[in-house]
Amino acid sequence: MATEALGWWGVPLGIMAGMLRGSAPFLFVSLGECLTEKSGKVNLGLEGTLLTGAMSAYAVSYLSEKTVGSAIAPWLGVLVAGLAGMVLGFIHAWLSQQPKVNDVAVGIAMIIFGSGIAFFFGKPFIQPSAPQLPAFELGAWSNIPQIQSALKVSPLLMVGVLIAPLMAWFFKSTRWGLFIRAVGDSPDAALAMGISIKKVRMLCIIAGSFLAGIGGAYLSLYYPGSWTERISSGQGLMAVALVIFARWNPIQCLWASLLFGGAQSIGPALQAVGIEGGYYLFNASPYILTLLIMIITCSPKKTLTGAPGALGTLT
Amino acid sequence: MLTYSRWRRTLEAVSIPIAALIFSLFLFGLFCAAAGANPFAVYGAIYKAAFGSWFAFQNTLIRAAPLMLTSLCTALPARLGLVIIGNEGALVMGGIAAVAAGLSVADFAPPIVVQLAMAIAGIIAGGLWIGAVGALRHYRAVNETISSLLMNYIAIALLNHLVGGPMRDPSSLNKPSTFPIPDIDKLGTIPFTRVHYGLLYGIVVCIIAYYLIQRTTFGFAARTAGGNVKAARIAGLPVGKLTIAICFLAGSSAGLAGMVEVAAVHGRANESLNANYGYAGILVAFIARHNPIAASVVAILLGGILASGSILQRQLGLPDATVYVFQGLVFLVVLYSESLYGRFAIFKEPDVVTPPTSSAPLAG
Repeated sequence: MATEALGWWGVPLGIMAGMLRGSAPFLFVSLGECLTEKSGKVNLGLEGTLLTGAMSAYAVSYLSEKTVGSAIAPWLGVLVAGLAGMVLGFIHAWLSQQPKVNDVAVGIAMIIFGSGIAFFFGKPFIQPSAPQLPAFELGAWSNIPQIQSALKVSPLLMVGVLIAPLMAWFFKSTRWGLFIRAVGDSPDAALAMGISIKKVRMLCIIAGSFLAGIGGAYLSLYYPGSWTERISSGQGLMAVALVIFARWNPIQCLWASLLFGGAQSIGPALQAVGIEGGYYLFNASPYILTLLIMIITCSPKKTLTGAPGALGTLT
Repeated sequence: MLTYSRWRRTLEAVSIPIAALIFSLFLFGLFCAAAGANPFAVYGAIYKAAFGSWFAFQNTLIRAAPLMLTSLCTALPARLGLVIIGNEGALVMGGIAAVAAGLSVADFAPPIVVQLAMAIAGIIAGGLWIGAVGALRHYRAVNETISSLLMNYIAIALLNHLVGGPMRDPSSLNKPSTFPIPDIDKLGTIPFTRVHYGLLYGIVVCIIAYYLIQRTTFGFAARTAGGNVKAARIAGLPVGKLTIAICFLAGSSAGLAGMVEVAAVHGRANESLNANYGYAGILVAFIARHNPIAASVVAILLGGILASGSILQRQLGLPDATVYVFQGLVFLVVLYSESLYGRFAIFKEPDVVTPPTSSAPLAG
């Protein structure tokens, strides 16, 4: 971005642009993780899901361009990314519900497996360019190019923004939402209600992985908008911390994602105005922010409000 | 270890992981076949690259050395019930500290002192790094898995920052690096081999760790706290101190791995330090079921698999990520095998027949 004309104003503008551009992966993964954790399981493997989603979306968008045209191809990619996520989600759900198997460890294995799959099949797609997702130009009223580019909003982000309140309503006011909360908070009570704990968790983990896969599609098909092995910088992992910060509330996941998207762009925004010294350190700011937030919000004395009761137990 | 009365359990603990490895090899073969490669050619290539010749085996051992050390970073805290995956970060911090210490004393000190300084610096830096994770866990109840993972990213950012700026050797153009350690101060090779002394460090540290966990009061206290925190607290064990101490030891092992990589392999710190030994170490720890002695054996196996990555790429045209797919499969199958313990009748001890005494009638 050429921010010379704006001078220092480029920094807040760059951070705001980063919020709109970079927060969608956080949002999708954290909503997926929120759904998963509400049912009482942790899925650390969403980082692998994100990478697999990014790769499959890019590959499908590239391969299907000739047959379905460059307008539909990326959306097909988004769909396939979600489906690929569901496959990984199924593996996680099945394995983490075996007796004596630790879901955190399965998550670590799924990170390695998912990124292995993504890199293995993604090798041929590093060079070619695939059709990208379109964007809404909300900045058309301005004649400053920086503002125009900052206010480009992907329709996928809008979908994510809609899913957040929808999911909150789902948890609060629907029968299925109640089932999920019951399974996550008190499996015994759920069992007494006649709910199959295994099925509910299986569905939640698979649906959550679907969302995470779409988050990956956003990475490769919108921003940064190409497939490389370094495309995800740990968003899938930070999302897990983000859900704790958001107190397992989908609406707060939205705000937290915007915050993280902004933090992610501090480094590039400062670099754009000529501050290069601590480039790598500023790039680490989302991780430092996550860590600080966890240090501040966690407490050894009581469990966090909103935490599903069965989380982290081997039930 | 192998007492007569418990041989079935020992057999179970040995045969289930081996069966899991064989089954994951089978799954990996299916995967390769699906991807269009002959699975037997892949097995052959891995075997040849890993253990096929003395030359290849030495390569394997060179890779096994850091794996033994990083695996302890997961294995030791696991005995306390913590899942720590900050191996990569601790390795990187150990490497940075080792270079800094080595460069600052290299001008006037003899090689043995330089190496000692580097080792101590690596141990302390790695130890503090993971010790902080333990302290956060104890004082703020911060989830240790996530915090240690985040600290990996922070450590790598710190490495990039330091080798790109404050510690950069101006002559390293394409790949920013620190100034090199003088050749005379680098870790030598074990006589008659190309394998550096880091392997010895790895084996010795694994043995010490085993002794510490299984044969000392400290280890017993840690295992008790890992089994049941409440019971440990009631028994008056200092759970907080144990947590931080174990985490420090865990991090210092990985830090030593960083020192070994710097002092024996790279000779300087740069982004090559971040070569996934940390993540592979997690896998080693889980396959070995967090037993340090078993970890040293598993590290050799996995080191061989890692060594075969480039051969797979050159000979069979498979992407280098094939090795990660394999690692992921092994990890998943090994985790599944956890649920198999105690399910096979053959591994169950037959009901103990008490020797007939006058007070215990055998009937009934």
